[in-house]
Amino acid sequence: MATQHSRSAARIMMAPAVILLLGWMLVPLLMTLWFSFKKYLPLRGGDLGWVGFDNYVRFISSSSFWPSVQATLIIVGGVLAITIIFGVLLAILLNQPMWGQGVVRILVIAPFFVMPTVSALVWKNMFMDPVNGLFAHLWKFFGAEPISWLSEASLQSIILIVSWQWLPFATLILLTAIQSLDSEQLEAAEMDGASPLSRFGHITLPHLSRAITVVLLIQTIFLLSIFAEIFVTTQGAFGTKTLTYLIYQRVLESQNVGLGSAGGVYAIILANIVAIFLMRIVGKNLDA
Amino acid sequence: MGQIKLESVTKSFGPVEVIPPLDLTIEDGEFTVFVGPSGCGKSTLLRLIAGLEDITSGKISIDGQDATHVPPAKRGLAMVFQSYALYPHMSVRKNIAFPMKMAGVPVDEQNRRIESAAAALNLTDYLDRRPGQLSGGQRQRVAIGRAIVREPGAFLFDEPLSNLDAALRVGMRLEISELHKRLKTTMIYVTHDQVEAMTMADKIVVLQAGVIEQVGSPLELYRAPRNVFVAGFIGSPKMNLLTGPEAAKHNAHTIGTRPEHIAISQTEGTWSGTIGVSEHLGSDTFFHVKCDAFEDPLTVRAGGEVALKYGDKVFLTPDLTQLHRFDAQGLRIA
Ligand SMILES: Nc1ncnc2c1ncn2[C@@H]1O[C@H](COP(=O)(O)OP(=O)(O)OP(=O)(O)O)[C@@H](O)[C@H]1O
Ligand SMILES: [Mg+2]
Repeated sequence: MATQHSRSAARIMMAPAVILLLGWMLVPLLMTLWFSFKKYLPLRGGDLGWVGFDNYVRFISSSSFWPSVQATLIIVGGVLAITIIFGVLLAILLNQPMWGQGVVRILVIAPFFVMPTVSALVWKNMFMDPVNGLFAHLWKFFGAEPISWLSEASLQSIILIVSWQWLPFATLILLTAIQSLDSEQLEAAEMDGASPLSRFGHITLPHLSRAITVVLLIQTIFLLSIFAEIFVTTQGAFGTKTLTYLIYQRVLESQNVGLGSAGGVYAIILANIVAIFLMRIVGKNLDA
Repeated sequence: MGQIKLESVTKSFGPVEVIPPLDLTIEDGEFTVFVGPSGCGKSTLLRLIAGLEDITSGKISIDGQDATHVPPAKRGLAMVFQSYALYPHMSVRKNIAFPMKMAGVPVDEQNRRIESAAAALNLTDYLDRRPGQLSGGQRQRVAIGRAIVREPGAFLFDEPLSNLDAALRVGMRLEISELHKRLKTTMIYVTHDQVEAMTMADKIVVLQAGVIEQVGSPLELYRAPRNVFVAGFIGSPKMNLLTGPEAAKHNAHTIGTRPEHIAISQTEGTWSGTIGVSEHLGSDTFFHVKCDAFEDPLTVRAGGEVALKYGDKVFLTPDLTQLHRFDAQGLRIA
């Protein structure tokens, strides 16, 4: 696309896609902003007129707001840490030549294909149930008192479930990155006297830094809005109410669209703060 | 510091024996070149010496010490890889410092060695760049620099110049030869380019399918190739290898005569023929002459200004003192 002509042709051709995408993003965004300045209670009188920043003040001064931000950040941070650490380890493991490599790789990727609702239900009923769950049986086998996971260790449980879902994604991306590592570099480092651990630290990890950054950014986007896992397990109880879940409760359980919309705007702001924060730390890894 | 001895070393990958039992001694300070066609096991042999591959059987000793099961880092050898294998996320300085850092060399000693290596290799201006910002030749020099600072017992080079263009290759060839003269360290150099072998080596090891065909100085190999394979491999252009009744006249199955040992004349000579393609190099001209007595054309060297052209009738006379004779097994007849 070098010439003036081809550049303007390109612009015209891209226009429909750009306009469609803009509309797709702008319409919901503008409607959220619109409602956030209104008192709008669908089942209790409908549109009750403009209220200025009332919704914003009420949302942020609610006693659930700061705990929900905290829960969101803990879940996102916990899942990121687990998926990246274990993703790197699994990727290294899967990169070793071994018997049945193809089957093992597919098995590792499988959890990603399970719908969030289904996987959360499976975890809740088959693993974490304090009476019938596998964990309960395991605990009893060793003579311990079964834990009712979702109420006693609720945040950890949610982190576990979500990590299980996202680990395959991280592993897959990191595995492809590890496969592109030039084996001669590792051999050179071996001859240079680097131990396996320092080969990992000095060669493999820097090579993976870009892939890790990609995993970090993509997962953050999706993890900030996890919902199904909380909905089918704790329903936001036991300190697992994330910002997304709080907004859902305001809109659908309290039937207060205006308040929920204000929460939505806060969620956008939180996402941007997290994004800026992340880009500051890891963004330079994306430069070639 | 740097005598390497292989005793009946073999290497198999699964059922495939790549190196049949092989004995070889590389003396301290020698510049040894492994040369042979692609896939003959040169790299494998080098990697066995480096310790990057385990040998299947046999014994490797370095300076008289058994090194068969010594890990690569402890063998005191430095390797320069064909792909250079520089660490892309480290600056040139860090790349060169890496082996010293791993060995726990004090920082000021590290800096001293880096400065002197960089000065020797013309890298001083590039120390703070990343490998990705260097040209091929510069990367090559960084890889050599990284090897030098370890002060190894021997250097191992695996086709270090094959990624460079022809002009740079000649330059780097000289630089490596000079480095060897200066450091007097053992060097083992793998190449499939017989010109590199001839120009750089103290000792050439010609390999074919994992078997050593001949070991000797470049001139020994040039003057007295032990068999047909070595005769055809060493020397550029290739030696003319001739069979049939003409060879029988010399009591041999095959006779060999180098292009530079054949006289060309328009009036008289042993074999008559017609000139085919001619290659003018300026200083020399190589004629491909189709002779009546042989199937394949002969290559003949003549001076740069010889006025012969395509289709001319000529006569060729081999220099009988420089004629190589081989028996039916391809072995040299003394
Ligand atoms: N890891 C391996 N597994 C199985 N066979 C191998 C392996 N590495 C090398 N080989 C085989 O060993 C033989 C020698 O390979 P090697 O790399 O030593 O050749 P080379 O002489 O270095 O050739 P080139 O000049 O093309 O680099 C080849 O036939 C190759 O197919
Ligand atoms: Mg090779």
